[in-house]
Amino acid sequence: MGIFTATAWSPYVVGGLIGLLNIAALLISNKPLSASTTYLKVSGMIRKIFQREKVQQNEYYGQKTPEVDWGVMMVFGIILGSFLSASLSGDFQLTLVPEMWAANFSDAFLPRFITALFGGIILGIGARWAGGCTSGHGISGASQLSIISWVAAIAFFIGGIITALIKYSI
Amino acid sequence: MERQYENKKLQLWLGLLIGIVFGFLLQKGGATKYDVILAQLRLMDFTVLKIMLSAVIVTMLGISFLYPKGKIQLHPKPGSIKNSVVGGLLFGVGFAILGYCPGTIAGAVGNGYLDGLLGGMIGIILGSGIFASMYSTLKKRNFIEDDHFSEVSLFQKMKGTPFKYTIPFALVLTGFMVMLEWAGL
Repeated sequence: MGIFTATAWSPYVVGGLIGLLNIAALLISNKPLSASTTYLKVSGMIRKIFQREKVQQNEYYGQKTPEVDWGVMMVFGIILGSFLSASLSGDFQLTLVPEMWAANFSDAFLPRFITALFGGIILGIGARWAGGCTSGHGISGASQLSIISWVAAIAFFIGGIITALIKYSI
Repeated sequence: MERQYENKKLQLWLGLLIGIVFGFLLQKGGATKYDVILAQLRLMDFTVLKIMLSAVIVTMLGISFLYPKGKIQLHPKPGSIKNSVVGGLLFGVGFAILGYCPGTIAGAVGNGYLDGLLGGMIGIILGSGIFASMYSTLKKRNFIEDDHFSEVSLFQKMKGTPFKYTIPFALVLTGFMVMLEWAGL
């Protein structure tokens, strides 16, 4: 069990195993790994409670039915798997403000909460605009040699690097 | 295999299982942590890119083997270069502000990061919902569109074994990672 209780594995081992997992997903479920569509489906499921008709008439929700499907279960599984790994290694800790954030900005929760919410909104719009995220385009699309996925993955990092450098130079 | 794909209940459980393994690996790689992701975007530590490129190499070589045999189907995403550039940059800005992406934030929640659960996840759900409401207008005005790269994978265009192309490409990506190690990143 030594391997499983270790806090960190080599990124090459982790990446290689994620690659094997991706192939397994294609073989057993005919699905490549992707995460961002789940948040759209959850948004639709929540909005259906308050505005059922609007969601039913919406063109985008029409293409991507808001329901619990393979991808939603996968994202839920990520939470469980990460919890399992962190618990086994003693790396699980309830944290309100990440260390690097606290060191540069503030250890109060409110500013971090507002920034995370705001960043999440932009990321959510961007993921849908680009049609995928770091998993869907960056790992799955890129490995299927899709040109638009490579362009998206490079754009994720260009946008991310510029913003991060500005954020931490303030 | 085809029949197994149609078994919805089984597929839900398989999705959960794949997710559990994915989350376990992301956590072991450190990718469930704001500090690791921001260190990548600040170019101080290349863990995230190493994980991604290793995953791409292995998946790509697996596809090179299985796709010509008809064992797997490809799922290249719809869209366009324009959507990828505009949406991708927007995503990147949000990625750096939030410090997690849609997959790693689920891992962050499992790791105990409450800023991910209370701020980031709610934000991504809101953003996705906002996009759904804007979609018709964005499409009508051609802000988003499909071009001739939509749903295209270069694997579909290759004649002969894909390894002719994918092995050299895997070596280029590996060379890039070797350079990162030399640079001490």
